Amino acid sequence: MRTTSGVRATARVHARRDGRGGTCLPVLDGEGPLAPRRTRGTGDEARVTLVGAMSGPLGGDRLTVETEVGEGARLRVGSAAATIALPGQTKEEARYDVRITVADDGELRWLPEQLISAGGSDLYVTTRADLAPGARLVLREEQVLGRAGEEPGRLTSRLTVRIGGGCVLDQELSCGPGAPGGWDGPAVLAGHRAVGQVVVVHPRYGERMPEARMLGEGAAVLPLAGPAVLVTALAPDALCLRRLLDEALAVLERD
Amino acid sequence: MSRAALLVLADGRFPAGGHAHSGGVEAAVRAGRVTAAADLAEFCRGRLHTTGLVSAALAAAAALGTDPVALDAAADARTPAPALRTAARRLGRQLMRAARATWPSPELDALARAFPKGAHQPVVLGLTARSAGLEPQDAAYCAAYESVGGPATAAVRLLGLDPFDATGVLARLAPELDRVADRAVEAAREVRDEGRLDALPAASAPLLELTAQAHAGWPVRLFAS
Repeated sequence: MRTTSGVRATARVHARRDGRGGTCLPVLDGEGPLAPRRTRGTGDEARVTLVGAMSGPLGGDRLTVETEVGEGARLRVGSAAATIALPGQTKEEARYDVRITVADDGELRWLPEQLISAGGSDLYVTTRADLAPGARLVLREEQVLGRAGEEPGRLTSRLTVRIGGGCVLDQELSCGPGAPGGWDGPAVLAGHRAVGQVVVVHPRYGERMPEARMLGEGAAVLPLAGPAVLVTALAPDALCLRRLLDEALAVLERD
Repeated sequence: MSRAALLVLADGRFPAGGHAHSGGVEAAVRAGRVTAAADLAEFCRGRLHTTGLVSAALAAAAALGTDPVALDAAADARTPAPALRTAARRLGRQLMRAARATWPSPELDALARAFPKGAHQPVVLGLTARSAGLEPQDAAYCAAYESVGGPATAAVRLLGLDPFDATGVLARLAPELDRVADRAVEAAREVRDEGRLDALPAASAPLLELTAQAHAGWPVRLFAS
C-alpha cells in the first residue's frame, strides 16, 4: 500500500523443474505495484511478465523482486512496459532491489524493458545475481535518462554478479542532478542518454571465453575475469541502445 | 614513519611507469571529446569520481592491511574491460619493482610471489604506502591524485595544452580530491571492520571502459592505455 513515506512491496518468483521436462512456478507472488504474471512459455522454459499495477517507483518507495531458479529449471522474465522512476511526495529516494539466485543447471533469462529516470525522480537500484557454478544467466539492464527531451532524474544503479560465491562483476553508475561530478562528461556518458548492459554467464565459458570485441563505437563485448561476459553499450536513445544490445547478444549466442 | 615518503611515492618521477599511460585521455582526444582545458576538467572530474574513487578505496584498504589477494579480485570485478585489467596489472608490476627496491617488505614480496604478472596497481600502491610507513589516507590521496594527474599530463602532450592550464585543472579539483580520499578511507575502514568487500565503491565510467577496449586495438598510439 502507499503511505506518505512510500510503498513497500516485494514480488517473489520461484521456478522449479516440474519432473515432466518442464518448469513450474510454485511461488508467484506480487504486492502493490509489482504483479508477476505467468505468460505463455516455450518448450521447457516458463515465462513470467512483470506487470506494473501502479505507477512508480516514486520517491520513498522500496520495491523488491526476488527470483529463484532451482536446479534444472528454465525461466524467462520480462516486463509489460518500461519502468518509470518518478518524483514522489517525499524527498526521499526510492529503492528498487532485484535479487536473483540460480542453482546448478538452472537458467534465467532476465529481459525486462527499460528503466526510465524521469525528471525530478531519485532512484537507487541494486541488482544482485548469485549463481551456482553450473548456472546459466542472460541479464539485460537498460537505463534511459529522462523521457523524450526531458532532463533526467537522479539514478544510481549497482549490478553485482557472483558465481559460486566469487564476485565477477560489481559496477555502479550514478547519473543525473546531484550525482558525483563529471557524470555527463567525456569520461562517463558524454551526452549519451541511454546506457545498457547484458551479462551472460554460461558454464561453457569455463573452458573457452569469447574474445573482447567492439561493436561499432558504442558497444563492446567484454570477457570478465570469471566465466562471464559483459556487453556494455551507450547510445543516444532507447531504440538505438536496444539494437546494439540485441546485436551483441546475437553475436554471443553464435559463439 | 616519515610523511615525506608520500612526496617520494606521489612524485611523477617515481619510476613506476605511469607516464606511458594516458588514463583514457588519448582515446577521448581522438574522439574529439577533449579539445581544451574545460573538457579536460570534466574528463578528470568524471574519472576521479569513478575509477579514482575505486582505486583510492582499494589502495586505502591495502594500506589498512586487508588481504591484497581478495582486493585484487575485487579490482577485477570492478574492471570489466580486459584492456584495463591488463594495463592495471602491468602498472602494478612496474610499481612493485620500484616499491621493493625503495621500501622492501615481506608483504610486498608475498604479493609479488602471488601475482608474478602483476597485481592491480591500486592494490600494490596501497601495500607500498604501508611498507613506507604511510597511512591509508596517504594511499587514498596518492591513488586519487594519480587518477587525474595522469590524464592531465597526457593531455599536455596530446593537445599541446598549456601546462599552466592543465595544472590549473588539477588545482581546482583539489576540494573534490579531498572528498574522494575521505570516502575511500571510510569505505576501507568499513571493509576492515565488517569484513565485507562489497563495502568498496564500484563506481564505473562506461565510456572509459568502452574506449579503453577500442584504444587497445589501435595499430599506432602514443600511450599504452
